[in-house]
Amino acid sequence: MGEVKKIKNLKEFSTSADRFEGANLLCPGCAHSIIVREVLNATNDDLILASSTGCLEVCTAVYPYTSWDASWIHIGFENGSTAVAGAEAMYQALKRKGRLKQPDRSTKFVAFGGDGASYDIGFQWISGCMERGHDMMYIVLDNEVYANTGGQRSSATPIGASATTSPAGRKSYGEKKNKKDMVAIMAAHDIPYSAQVAPNKWKDMVKKIQHGLNVEGPVFINAMSPCTTEWKFDPKDTMMISDLATDSLVFPLYEIIDGHELNITYRPKHKVPVEEYLAAQGRFKHLFKAEYKHMIKEWQDRVDATWEYLQRREEARV
Amino acid sequence: MAFDKLELRDIEVWDGNFAAAQAMRQVQIDVVAAYPITPSTPIVEGYAKFLADGYIEGEFVMVESEHAAMSGCIGASAAGGRVATATSSQGFALMVETLYQASGMRLPIVLNVVNRALAAPLNVNGDHSDMYLGRDSGWIQFDAYNAQEAYDLNFIAFKVAEDHSVRLPAMVHQDGFLTSHTAQGVKTITDDAAYNFVGEFKPMNDMLDLDHPVTHGVQAEEDWHFEHKARQHRDLMLNVVPRIHEAFDAFEKLTGRKYNMVEQYNMDDAEIAVVCMGSSVETACEVAQELRDQGIKVGVVGIRVIRPFPFKEVIDALKDLKAIGALDRSSPNGAPGMLFNEIAGALFNTDTKAALSGYVYGLGGRDLTKEHLRDLFKELKVNADAGKVTTQLQQFIGVRGPKLAFL
Repeated sequence: MGEVKKIKNLKEFSTSADRFEGANLLCPGCAHSIIVREVLNATNDDLILASSTGCLEVCTAVYPYTSWDASWIHIGFENGSTAVAGAEAMYQALKRKGRLKQPDRSTKFVAFGGDGASYDIGFQWISGCMERGHDMMYIVLDNEVYANTGGQRSSATPIGASATTSPAGRKSYGEKKNKKDMVAIMAAHDIPYSAQVAPNKWKDMVKKIQHGLNVEGPVFINAMSPCTTEWKFDPKDTMMISDLATDSLVFPLYEIIDGHELNITYRPKHKVPVEEYLAAQGRFKHLFKAEYKHMIKEWQDRVDATWEYLQRREEARV
Repeated sequence: MAFDKLELRDIEVWDGNFAAAQAMRQVQIDVVAAYPITPSTPIVEGYAKFLADGYIEGEFVMVESEHAAMSGCIGASAAGGRVATATSSQGFALMVETLYQASGMRLPIVLNVVNRALAAPLNVNGDHSDMYLGRDSGWIQFDAYNAQEAYDLNFIAFKVAEDHSVRLPAMVHQDGFLTSHTAQGVKTITDDAAYNFVGEFKPMNDMLDLDHPVTHGVQAEEDWHFEHKARQHRDLMLNVVPRIHEAFDAFEKLTGRKYNMVEQYNMDDAEIAVVCMGSSVETACEVAQELRDQGIKVGVVGIRVIRPFPFKEVIDALKDLKAIGALDRSSPNGAPGMLFNEIAGALFNTDTKAALSGYVYGLGGRDLTKEHLRDLFKELKVNADAGKVTTQLQQFIGVRGPKLAFL
């Protein structure tokens, strides 16, 4: 186990030595880079990183440049999880054989993937990694859409969002299905730790990342990553949108220990109506037309029901 | 965790799969990530049993698909250590995306491919469809004709692939069932001699060197992609062949067994010859010997290294012949067979007078019989005497129904 890094305040946190350089091609206001820096700055451990094909990958390793000051690998769209699992297997083998070059360093394995790479095309690979018990962390940068390819729906796209392959129109309110509960599915693998995090709640994020890096075995993290381009909001508003998501409980923050023990980690003092979250983003604009307005109630009811469910799960301790 | 060595008899009765599994054990692989598929499953099972019995010190990761198997191998190899796996057919097809990634990322992984047909229709038996599917993937491809060679070529594959002037992955092919499940006497190498032949793995650009972080698997668009691919091709053309020759020579010194880029049997004064791969080479050799006994000057050429294609060696072996039959065990689906095309390409700018015809045979494990080969040699003899191809350029042999011939 590595020594847990002590972080006093946001200033100290945000000025930690970067292993992820600001020199990258991500959009202004993109939450991916914020989340990645929060994750990397949360620990002093040595990190072996992977990314699946997607925004983060294409914007941070364009030959002959790299934004990564830790070892990093990208193979394809579906296999970022298995790339890091393979590296972790090599680490175990070389450790056993006494061939690690720096045997005394605490080394952790982390893979990043978008929701398309994780909920859809790479789902099986992640499931395999979680089931096999690799000592690794998988983090979804969940922007609820195939952003790198221009805004197609994924199975993380929420109901009512307009995406290019599920567009809103005269006869459609957009995406017809709500996103699948990836955290529950991963927790069902009986992994030691799974959690949802959001970039605006950085203390909660750091706590969860530090905990996740220090447990032995596979860890799954779903990180909400507001996408200025596809959610259609002003790049300066990323944190405002994040606040609306966590304070409306559209994106509740919680953790699941050992696949069953659920803890809610953030309870908003002033709950915001879901309508405010929806109204702040262009992808939901059409829901405010008369013919689709019923969807706003559907949203509020569903968010309330999920919150109720999470609270009951937490109380029940099962 | 200590591991034990095995004392092998000088000659063991092994099939091709177990021979490959033994070779994998002996080179002390650091990570094997694998997924079972007929007919290569026993390689993975054999390796698992070695692990269970304490003969393996490395990691063995049983993943959930062949795509994940090669993905895990890529991650492990980039981390910095010796890596190998095995597959066949549909599993190989599922791996294809990652095969290109492994070679493009210059990772010296060894893949045992037990050749099998590709669906549809689904078929578990041996042909060369999967082997042919891999031929543009940037891997080195060795072809074993029997269990002994499946064993030997594994050592050679590791030695060549891991050389720092190469750093490319390598496949060792053997025929499904005909080689993989047919037991024969295999001359062994001791554990120590086998490991010493391949040597200790020397990492390069290893992710686990924490003081020297590396970025693997970058984006390179029209400004740099071509240079990467051109360099990979250059290294296959210029660096790999000398390393293969060195490995063949070193292996001969160690074992007395001699391998060549192109294997020639009864070719010294041959006028006609077939060119083929896999277990068919041995069948063709038997028939050629029969015909030699009848005074017909026939020979057999086996392709040992499929990629990089032994262009020069093929010219040397074939240019003075009168008639050549190229035998392809994969459906070309709308073109001449791969071997026909490669041989034609090699001979085109020479002054050869050889008449070249192509044969497609043995799909889905259909036997290539000695009778087929006798007939085939007879046709080639007619071509040799006529000084031209007297049949159509492409013929299917051993298939039901009226004769199937094209071009």
